[in-house]
Amino acid sequence: MCGIVGIYLKNKKYNKQLGKLLTGMMNNMASRGPDSAGFAVYNKSSKFKYTVCLKENYDLKDLKKDLKNKLSNTKYKLIADHVVVESSSKPEKALPHIKKIKEIDLVGYGKSIEIFKQVGNPKDVVKKFSLDKFSGSHAIGHTRMATESAITTDGSHPYSTGEDECLVHNGSLSNHNNLRRTLIKNGIEFKSQNDTEVAAGYISNSLKNKTSLKETLTNGLKDLDGFYTFITGTQKGFAVLRDEIACKPAVIAETKDYVAIASEFQAMAHLPDVNKAEIYEPKPGVVYSWGS
Amino acid sequence: MSEIKKNLKGFSTFPHDTIAEIQRSAREGIYQIRGLGAKRKVPNFDDLVFLGASASRYPLEGYREKCNTSVVIGDRFAKKPITLDIPITIAGMSFGALGANAKDALGRGASAMGTSTTTGDGGMTPEERKSSKYLVYQLLPSRYGMNPDDLRKADAIEVVVGQGAKPGGGGMLLGQKINERVAKMRNLPEGIDQRSACRHPDWTGPDDLEIKIQELREITNWEKPIYVKVGAARAYYDTALAVKAGADVVVLDGMQGGTAATQDVFIEHVGIPTLGALREAVDSLKELNMHRKVQLIVSGGIRSGADVAKAIAMGADAVSIGSAAMIALNCNADMYPEDYEKLGTAAGYCHHCHTGRCPVGVATQDPELEKRLEPDLAGKRVKNYLATLTLELQTLARANGKSDVRNLEPEDLAALTVEAAAMARVPLAGTSWIPGHE
Amino acid sequence: MNFDLSKKTLSDVNAFLQKIDLKSNQRDFVIKNPLGNHALCAGLQDEIKVTIQGHVGYYCAGMNKNAHIIVEGNVGTGVAENMMSGIVHVKGNASQSAGATGHGGTLIIDGDASSRCGISMKGIDIIVKGSVGHMSAFMAQSGNLIILGDADEYLGDSIYEAKIYCLGKVQSLGADCIEKEMNEKEINHLSSILKAQNIKADPKKFKRYGSARSLYNFKIDNVSNY
Repeated sequence: MCGIVGIYLKNKKYNKQLGKLLTGMMNNMASRGPDSAGFAVYNKSSKFKYTVCLKENYDLKDLKKDLKNKLSNTKYKLIADHVVVESSSKPEKALPHIKKIKEIDLVGYGKSIEIFKQVGNPKDVVKKFSLDKFSGSHAIGHTRMATESAITTDGSHPYSTGEDECLVHNGSLSNHNNLRRTLIKNGIEFKSQNDTEVAAGYISNSLKNKTSLKETLTNGLKDLDGFYTFITGTQKGFAVLRDEIACKPAVIAETKDYVAIASEFQAMAHLPDVNKAEIYEPKPGVVYSWGS
Repeated sequence: MSEIKKNLKGFSTFPHDTIAEIQRSAREGIYQIRGLGAKRKVPNFDDLVFLGASASRYPLEGYREKCNTSVVIGDRFAKKPITLDIPITIAGMSFGALGANAKDALGRGASAMGTSTTTGDGGMTPEERKSSKYLVYQLLPSRYGMNPDDLRKADAIEVVVGQGAKPGGGGMLLGQKINERVAKMRNLPEGIDQRSACRHPDWTGPDDLEIKIQELREITNWEKPIYVKVGAARAYYDTALAVKAGADVVVLDGMQGGTAATQDVFIEHVGIPTLGALREAVDSLKELNMHRKVQLIVSGGIRSGADVAKAIAMGADAVSIGSAAMIALNCNADMYPEDYEKLGTAAGYCHHCHTGRCPVGVATQDPELEKRLEPDLAGKRVKNYLATLTLELQTLARANGKSDVRNLEPEDLAALTVEAAAMARVPLAGTSWIPGHE
Repeated sequence: MNFDLSKKTLSDVNAFLQKIDLKSNQRDFVIKNPLGNHALCAGLQDEIKVTIQGHVGYYCAGMNKNAHIIVEGNVGTGVAENMMSGIVHVKGNASQSAGATGHGGTLIIDGDASSRCGISMKGIDIIVKGSVGHMSAFMAQSGNLIILGDADEYLGDSIYEAKIYCLGKVQSLGADCIEKEMNEKEINHLSSILKAQNIKADPKKFKRYGSARSLYNFKIDNVSNY
């Protein structure tokens, strides 16, 4: 069980404050998700960005050495134990090289997205990655209370589901074990026993087969059993879906400057002009999206 | 005929009771609803034994060398934790499932031994509050009879996520037991079959449970210990989630736990035995560094002081009894044979709580039948039973060299079967082998 | 008397309001900056009036007895859950399970209520001027749910004796819930509730829904409803 948050800025004047705004939301969701946290910030670049997590005893020096001459026009940004590798090399070329390095985990990739996640109390995690210094157009975040799988970084959200796409989830699926086995046969890899990782695999498998995100999520209503509120991040914005029973919470606050979503209104109480915002809840079984 | 029968071979897959059940289904077109707990044999505390004293470990003298049995419950967050004189409590059973005399007797017996009783899926009665020294008030999905005044009158509050007999099922009470008083308390029409919700109406999941617990604490000024009760399903995760949701106490009810009425398939085929669930729950508490800080109360098939001692040795802080307490009241006693027969059963086989025709006046609202249970005498029986459990517990603890029953530990135990060794994580007697832990 | 939740703790404010000094003449209270706090004004028990200026979280006015609580904003899950008596008035929208298991009193929501409005209600009166979400009045035992707007799917699923009056469209009815007669007795009953809260709506235009009572005792022919 968890806390999920998202914010999409309609007005560019807030782009520099994106990280600060998200930090306030994540801190407020720490008590319903104390085990680990993660966030995805979207900040458009002309090059591709590959976010990786360095494992123990492997540092930026080693990464630079291992990727030398493999990727073109490369710049490296180190934030705690994550590195954002910026390169003009396209994913088809870059990903095989990156995946070959056993001492790192690929957390996310795309032209906008940067994903950071870690075990620990959300308040510590956002501080560790200096989330308040980030800027961008939109972001989603997650605070985790582990239910049926271990508390590890592999078990943390957001999960990358494709280029510039990711998923966070509040709820509990009930048929993820069978679904995982089916997806493995389709070539999807899994690193944890986490149910959300299965939903992410389901989404990326469907997107790979050229199905739209909206259709994928709508199909998910049939294929994914259990309780969920999903937020999927996309290059242009984000989408929200609640299952048909809709027991897990979700509140949306919309002003002329932004759209924010969170598990509890409390997470949004500090956002600018929120007392004048239109506040509503997404209906069950309906895909809502902004920015696309 | 008996000559022929001597040489006949029956069916293991379709024994007599299975044949009878299939034919009953064919006649009635509905699942079998009954009371009490799982009838089939599962690995349980009988499969564990204590090592006792030896040349390396010395026993305590009975009587003179004291063996403490008291336990403090709920000191994690509550301003007013409860100190029980004995680590045995009476589990939640509703007024409605049981009659008023039965609830009264349980209160008297428990109070005489300095321990608590628990309300059930029907709310708190004034008689129960009066006769119980410590009363735990349940918050169930149905919220029958729930109100803030009773919340404040309680000594502790138990949020019920599930129970061992039916993890995932709601309360059930058939029309024959919904008389005027019960109907009024539950806000239902008299004589109808009660349908119950299986999830809470205003929260789902431990993240929202945390907020619900906060509300209960705000209403009661943070005074009362908050328990979270789960049926034995994924005890390892459920215990961790209860801790993260802010519970003071975890109550774990194994599959052998009873109910007043539910489908037989639910009782027999959902939930895992208390033995396995208990070890998972203790592991979880230890990993979170919460063992003995968040107390663990275990129920489901506790029968003797040996069961109590073994549960505590495995890491529980206390146990709870339901079916056993009813049996002390006279459930399945060898009396009124004609009335058992009228129900189609016999003493020792009866599970007919759901009918409201309890021959011994325990699980009934019928005033004529209730006369067979006199609260004062029945209360004394409950007290005697609890006292016996306590003496047995102390005997075993002393034999293992403990001056406090809470010093019993898993290393004091050995297992008699491979299943019990694996489930309890205790070596098979005479070996150092624990299956799965080479 | 004013409280500011950006300066005082939730527990301090709640504790004060739960046990006011009845000898003082202070009966009117205002709470500023609720900031989405949970369980605000839960467990009140005196005839006092509290105005909350802003949006609140879950379980606002939970288990309310006697108090008159006004929320000038939106409320989270379970507003006035298990209310016993008194009035709770939400000027904005309500989230899920509004008035859940309420035993008495009146809950008024000026905006919309989300899913499960009035779930398992046990005597409370709930008036929603906007619309209600799916599964509203699920297992509703007694009391009145009055909806001036529309109702989403499965209204009154598994309902007992509670009454539902709806002015707008009902997307679908739940198990054992059927449309019932709006005769003179019912019109007068609804009219008195609306008048008591000064709500201008024509009782004659409402439709009434309630239990078909076919699930009261198990019959094998109803098995599809389970």
